[in-house]
Amino acid sequence: MDVSWFLVLSAFIFCIGAAGVMSRRNPLVVLLCLELMLNGGNLALVAFARMHGDGGGQIFALIVMVIAACEVAVGLGIIVAIFRRRLPVDVDELSDLRG
Amino acid sequence: MTVTGYGWVVLAFPLAGMLVCALGYRKLPGHSAGWIGSLAILGSFVASILMLLELEHLPTEEREVVDSAFTYLQTAGMDVDLSILVDPLSVFMCLVVSGISFLIHVYSIGYMDGDEGFVRYFAYLNYFVFSMLLLVLAANFVILIVGWAFVGAASYLLISFWYRRTTATRAGIKAFVINVIGDVGLVIGTFLLFDATGELSYEGVFAAADNVFTTNDGQLVAACLMLLVGAFAKSGQLPLHTWLPDAMEGPTPVSSLIHAATMVTAGVYLIARMYPLFELAPLAADISAVIGTATLLFAATVALVVTDLKRVIAYSTISQIGYMILGVSVAAYGAGLFHLMTHAFFKALLFMGAGSVIGAMAGNQSLDRMGGFRKSMPFTFVTFTIGALALAGFPLMSGFFSKDEVLSYTLHRGGGFVVMAVVGYLAAAITAFYAFRMVFRVFFRAPVPEARELEAGHPHHGEPHNPATGEPEDKHVGFDGTEHHNAETSWPMKLGMAPLALGAVIAGYVAIPGVTDTLEHFLEPTFADSRFIDDKPTDAAEYTDLGIGGIMAFIGIGLAFVVFLRRRQLRLVIRERWTAIHTFLFHKWYFDEIYDAAVVRPMAAFGRFGKNVIETRFVQGTIVGGAVGLVRAGSNVARSVQSGYLRGYAALLVVGVSALGVYFLIRATGG
Repeated sequence: MDVSWFLVLSAFIFCIGAAGVMSRRNPLVVLLCLELMLNGGNLALVAFARMHGDGGGQIFALIVMVIAACEVAVGLGIIVAIFRRRLPVDVDELSDLRG
Repeated sequence: MTVTGYGWVVLAFPLAGMLVCALGYRKLPGHSAGWIGSLAILGSFVASILMLLELEHLPTEEREVVDSAFTYLQTAGMDVDLSILVDPLSVFMCLVVSGISFLIHVYSIGYMDGDEGFVRYFAYLNYFVFSMLLLVLAANFVILIVGWAFVGAASYLLISFWYRRTTATRAGIKAFVINVIGDVGLVIGTFLLFDATGELSYEGVFAAADNVFTTNDGQLVAACLMLLVGAFAKSGQLPLHTWLPDAMEGPTPVSSLIHAATMVTAGVYLIARMYPLFELAPLAADISAVIGTATLLFAATVALVVTDLKRVIAYSTISQIGYMILGVSVAAYGAGLFHLMTHAFFKALLFMGAGSVIGAMAGNQSLDRMGGFRKSMPFTFVTFTIGALALAGFPLMSGFFSKDEVLSYTLHRGGGFVVMAVVGYLAAAITAFYAFRMVFRVFFRAPVPEARELEAGHPHHGEPHNPATGEPEDKHVGFDGTEHHNAETSWPMKLGMAPLALGAVIAGYVAIPGVTDTLEHFLEPTFADSRFIDDKPTDAAEYTDLGIGGIMAFIGIGLAFVVFLRRRQLRLVIRERWTAIHTFLFHKWYFDEIYDAAVVRPMAAFGRFGKNVIETRFVQGTIVGGAVGLVRAGSNVARSVQSGYLRGYAALLVVGVSALGVYFLIRATGG
C-alpha cells in the first residue's frame, strides 16, 4: 500500500489534535488532543520506517510514546492539583502567565 | 648592634604596639592598652638613646649611615629601597619625637580614662608615632612621602577621634584636605628633582644637585617651592594654616603631641633635611623666611584675642613654628632645630596643662568662663606657668635661648633679614603677652564655680555637650563623654607633665652660646657641607640679642599683668577703642571667610551644578533614562505576545511550524 495514505491519515489525526488544543478550554480535553497530535506524529514515523524498511522510525515512535506517557503523568498531576485547589478548570481562566 | 639596627628597632616598637592595640581591641582589659602603647614608645625612646650613643662612637665624617631593608620599587631608571638614614639630624628628631610621645602616652592614660574608645585611641597614637619616625628616618624621597602621608592620615584619625561630633569630623576633613595639598606639593617637588637628577635617595639628589643645577636654577626653585608647599601645609604656615586651629577638636593630648610637639614640626625638619637644595636656591629659602616671619606675626596677633584656650595655644604653635621656619630658612639649622626641641617641651606641657584645666571645667574651653584655678589646681598652675614662661622667652627658660638664637642668626644675615628679626622681636613681646593672658585669666582672679567645686574636692561634672556648638551629646563611643580628669587627681597625668616641666626649664642649657654648644656640635656632621657653617654671630652679639629678647619678654608679661590683673577694665576699654582691629583679629584675619568664599563655596556650587545638571539631567535623564526607555519599549512589544492564554500559545506554535513547513515545501518544490 502506498505510504501516502498513512501520511494523509497521520496529518488528519495531527490536525484534529491541533484544532482541539486550540479550540477546547477544558485542560483534560486539551491533554487528550495533545495525545492525538503525538500519535499522529507516531503514525507518520512508523509509516516512513516501513517505507524505508528499517526499524529506526519505530524505535522513535516507541520513545515518543514513553515521553507522551510522562507528559500525561505530569499533565494529569497538574489537572488534579488544579482540581484540589478548586481553581477553574478552564485554560482561559488560568492566564496568570500574562506578561 | 649597628646604628641602623637600632634605627629599625626604633621603628619596630610603635608598629608592634599599634598592631597589638588594634588587633586586641576587644580583648585588652582596663588600662592595659595604654600601658602597652606607652611601653612601646618607651622602647622606641630607649632604642633612640642607644642609637645616639652608637652614633657618637663613629668618627665625625662617617655619621651618616644608610641601611636598606629591601628593594621597595624597581623599574627602569628608578631604584627605591626601603632604607633608613641615621645621622645626627634624624637621631635628634627620633629622640624628640619618641621622648615627648612617651610622656604624652602616659598622660593620655589618665586623660582618656573612661573614654569608650580608649584602646582605639592608643592604636592611633602608636600609628602616629610610627609614621612620624618613618618620616624622620627615611633615606629617600619615596619613603619620606610614605611617612608624610601616614602622618597626615594619623592626624585625620585623631582629630576626628570623637567621630560622632560633627565639628570634629569636619575639622578632620579640613585638616586632611589641606594636608593632601601639601602631599601633592611634596610629590611634585620630588618629581621635579627626580626629573633633573634621576635620583630619589637624599645623598643621590644632593650629590647630583651641585652638578645639575646652577644657583637659583628655575627648576630647582620650583622644586623647592613645591617642597615648601608640603612643609607649610604640614606645619600650619600661611596660607595653609587654617586646619591647625580647627584640629583642636581632637582630644587634648593629641593636640599636645601632634599639633604642637611633633607632626607640625615636620615642615621644619623637611627644610633642614633639604638644606643643600635650599642653599642652591636662595630665592626659595628667602621666600620661606618671609612666610615664616609673616606667619609668626600673624598668628601671634590672633592669639591675642581668641577666647578658646586650646586655640590660643594652637595659634601660638603656628607662631612658634614660624620662628623655626625662619631659623632653618636663614641657614640657622641648629637654632631652628633647637627651637623645635624646646618648643616641643613647653608647648606639649602647655597643652597638657590646658587639658587639665579643661578637665576641671568638664570640657569647657572658653577663657571667658575660666578663672581662679590657682588654689584648686596648684600642680597645673605651676607647670602651666613654667610652660608659659618658656613660651614667653623669660630669661633662663628654654624658649629664651632658642628663640633668641633664631633671631640672632637672622640679624646676623643683615640686609632685609634685619626687618624679619625686628618683626620676630615684636612678636616675642606679643607672645609673652598672650602667654600670660592665659595664665592670668585661667589661674588668677576670683575662682569660677568650677574652681570652687574643685577646692571642695568635687570635680565638676556637666551634662556632656559639644564645647564649640553646645549641642547635647551622650557618653558612648564617639563622643567625649562625661568623665573628665585633671592632673591634680590623676597621677599618670602628673607623671607626663613633670618631666616636661623640667625639660621646659633646662632644655635650653644644651645650647647656651659660648658655654655649651652641645646641640650645635652634635648636629654639625649633618650640616657640614652648608656654606653658612662658619658664618655665625659672635657670642657677644648673641648675648646682646638674648638681652633684647629678655626685655621683650618682660615688656609682654608686664603689659599682660597690667591689662589682665591690675587694671582689668583696661581690657574692655582697649576693645571698645579699637573695635575694628579687635573684630579683624577675632575673625583670624578673615582667612577662613576668604577661603570659604574663594574656594569652598565655588567648589560646592560646582558640585551642586554637577549633581543637579550633569548628573540629574544628562547622566540620569539622557543616558540612563534613554537606555531604560529603549529597553522598556522593546519589552512592551515582547510582553504583548505573552498573553497567558494557553490556546493562544498553541495557535502561535501551530502557525509558526506551519509557516516553517510551507517555507520548506516552497523551497523544495520551487527550487
